[in-house]
Amino acid sequence: MVCVTRMVLDVLKPHQPNALTFSQAIAEVGSDYYVHLTVLEVDESTESIEIVIEAKNIDFDAVQSAISDMGGSVHSIDEVEVHNDSDSF
Amino acid sequence: MLLKLIAQAKFLLNITRSHHIVRRYFVVNGFDGALTMLGLIIGFLISASTDLSVIVNACLGAAIALGMSGVSSAYVSEAAERQRALGKLENAMISDLQDSAHGQAARSVPLLIALVNGLSPLLISLLIISPLLLSQAGFSWPASPLYSAIFIALILVFLLGVFLGRIAGVSWLRSGIQTLLIAMITIVLIYLFAG
Repeated sequence: MVCVTRMVLDVLKPHQPNALTFSQAIAEVGSDYYVHLTVLEVDESTESIEIVIEAKNIDFDAVQSAISDMGGSVHSIDEVEVHNDSDSF
Repeated sequence: MLLKLIAQAKFLLNITRSHHIVRRYFVVNGFDGALTMLGLIIGFLISASTDLSVIVNACLGAAIALGMSGVSSAYVSEAAERQRALGKLENAMISDLQDSAHGQAARSVPLLIALVNGLSPLLISLLIISPLLLSQAGFSWPASPLYSAIFIALILVFLLGVFLGRIAGVSWLRSGIQTLLIAMITIVLIYLFAG
């Protein structure tokens, strides 16, 4: 089974919800999710952020859905770490 | 379920930064309700003796009208404001936010603000006329129902002042006395012009 263990996302989001609420909502996608959020640029109504997510198996669709639920949009996937865990079969 | 609803309402108010609007509407319209009831009751007090049911009906009518006016006016104006804010945010994000928390907030927050704006004068008015309602229902009341209603109105006006003082971080006693003074001036003006 191919598992995504780390992702770095470039995201545009409104000022609200703030960085803390935003990262908490992403971490709630899975029980072992580690989320690191960095604000890169702040504009009048939006901010560009970089989100690093680490987990045993990241569900990207669920992460993307959590981001869009809060009004954000994924601009690009900047880094990915994928692991082929054959033992899980 | 109720806790989840409250948490969701807090979240939506937070992302639209509408806490202060709700608080302002609660105080402004609550004060409206208290002074309107106070004015009506003082008016009845200085008039020729009127049947209690007439006073209760007049006060209830005014309370319901204040509630309806609060709900409808706040909903119309807040819905327009929220849609405008959402449109601005959608332009900045270059995406449709209708399905996001911001879209949900644009639909729900005006309703929440409207409810606070309408229920605040209605509940405060009902509290003020509660001695009249109880007296009409046959409960024996130790004091005159009209004077009791005036007393409750003054206490509520004072408490609204205390609430404002705590928000502003100034002396709650001074703020309470200030709003109480406004109610006293209202009573004097009614006596001057209607008495």
